[in-house]
Amino acid sequence: MIHFDNVTKRYPGGHEGLKNASFHIEPGEMVFLTGHSGAGKSTLLKLIGLLERSTRGQVRVASRNLTRLKRRETPYHRREVGMIFQDHRLLYDRTVFDNVAIPLVVSGVGHLETGRRVRAALDKVGLLNKEKAYPITLSGGEQQRVGIARAVVSKPPVVLADEPTGNLDPTLSREIMQLFDQFNSVGVTLLIATHDLALISRMNKRILTLQNSRLIRDIAPEETIGGN
Amino acid sequence: MATKRKKATHTGQRRSLRLDIWFMRHLQVSLSSLGRLSRNPVSTLMTAAVIGIALSLPIGLHLLLNNAQQLSGNWDGAASISLFLTKETGQESATKLAARLRLQDEIEHVQLISREEALEEFRTLSGFSSVLDSLEGNPLPNVLIIEPGEKHSSPEAAEQLLGELEKIREVEFAQLDLQWVRRFQGITQIAKRAVWVLGTLLGIAVLLIVGNTIRLEIQNRHAEIEITKLIGGTNTFIRRPFLYSGFWYGLFGGIIAWLLVTLSLILLDSPVEKLAGLYGSQFGLSGVDLTTFALLLGGSSLLGLCGSWIAVGRHLSEIEPT
Ligand SMILES: Nc1ncnc2c1ncn2[C@@H]1O[C@H](COP(=O)(O)OP(=O)(O)OP(=O)(O)O)[C@@H](O)[C@H]1O
Ligand SMILES: [Mg+2]
Repeated sequence: MIHFDNVTKRYPGGHEGLKNASFHIEPGEMVFLTGHSGAGKSTLLKLIGLLERSTRGQVRVASRNLTRLKRRETPYHRREVGMIFQDHRLLYDRTVFDNVAIPLVVSGVGHLETGRRVRAALDKVGLLNKEKAYPITLSGGEQQRVGIARAVVSKPPVVLADEPTGNLDPTLSREIMQLFDQFNSVGVTLLIATHDLALISRMNKRILTLQNSRLIRDIAPEETIGGN
Repeated sequence: MATKRKKATHTGQRRSLRLDIWFMRHLQVSLSSLGRLSRNPVSTLMTAAVIGIALSLPIGLHLLLNNAQQLSGNWDGAASISLFLTKETGQESATKLAARLRLQDEIEHVQLISREEALEEFRTLSGFSSVLDSLEGNPLPNVLIIEPGEKHSSPEAAEQLLGELEKIREVEFAQLDLQWVRRFQGITQIAKRAVWVLGTLLGIAVLLIVGNTIRLEIQNRHAEIEITKLIGGTNTFIRRPFLYSGFWYGLFGGIIAWLLVTLSLILLDSPVEKLAGLYGSQFGLSGVDLTTFALLLGGSSLLGLCGSWIAVGRHLSEIEPT
């Protein structure tokens, strides 16, 4: 589903955020991405969501070769990759419902269908009763769940999350991870960047580790159990 | 055969459905951008008022010019010819000549101003009555004022008629009162061009006003644009509400311009009528007709659309999610 072939990202100024990274993620896999601060986790995710473009090497997502993708095709690629951010990136002058509806509105889904799917997504993250609320009135965990509902509402085959549990207490973090596990069980491919080693060691999933912009470890699920 | 037809109507239906969706989406976006503008009524109204004032100037001048041209066009006796008769021609033969001229096809109206009448008028109007009293006898000739028929009142035809009238024995000399018509035409030509220049400049001003307003709006909605791009909104999708805002600004500006011009014409109408009455004319100002109204609104909305297009083209691509 996600293929990196010798991918290097050099930022303007010369710093390399990612060096010669190669890996494959199969459809339906759930993978954690970890590493110290500044290791290149966000860089890697941004390359998949086309927030950045690789300097060298090839990035492919599903059948798309992102290296050769035309600029005007970027939106259509992004519609197939749900993105979740640590800082939520919600619109604070719109209700929860309207925030979650954005992906459907931009791809032209009809009114009734939108309402149905937004409520389904909010139901899944347990916020159905908050659809008319404004994000500012919600707790951090609730806001994060709005962001998650937005990322999955259009049923993208790939979901990326950049430190989705960064500011949350352990209980909330576990709940959110369970949510991801549920998405994964219906076939969504997930790539989750996180510092929280304690949390992911319990999840029994594949773990990619970055260090100083290099991919230094790729641990299969069985090995994580063994390590535990 | 039957299945083929079925298929054809099916795709036809789908196309009309897609058109429906397209239309509905545009309607929705245009209404929501209208709603957004109405949430800031004061600033919206102020922008529209600036546009309206800028547009009302050339439109108002254009209308005044049209009115002036109409006035000069149907001014009775715009090409009147004065025949000054010889001293020897008395009252009786002057009357006869007038009657004879009245029969000519080219001539619509003949008025005889006898020497006595002329003197009397001169006395009351000029204020030289004492000087005139000291004169022996009446120095003024009998005068015939000729008004050519409608088909012969163009400057060229009137000049030809003048040539014929000059040859009449009783006529000392004939004078065609055309010069002011020519001058007037010259002035209106210049004024017309000035209106165009002014219109172009103010049109550019409207583009800049709308462009700047939309630029600020883009800045205010920076986060929203960024997030929409992040989630897969195309540029077309993001651009649309801003283009509609520009359109609405232009349309409202046009309506305000129309109101301003109409109001000004109403204020001017009664003094103009009074003035025209002094000249024995029933002339009244004609207001904004339907064509001008449609052109004004169409043009102003187009200007608004173009202004926002320019701003959107320049500033939307600067916002990229990181
Ligand atoms: N836009 C940018 N321009 C220049 N350098 C950048 C840019 N973004 C990231 N970097 C650099 O690239 C390196 C990797 O950054 P990245 O954000 O991918 O790290 P990270 O693993 O996500 O760290 P964190 O856990 O703190 O979020 C860092 O050294 C960072 O300074
Ligand atoms: Mg990061």
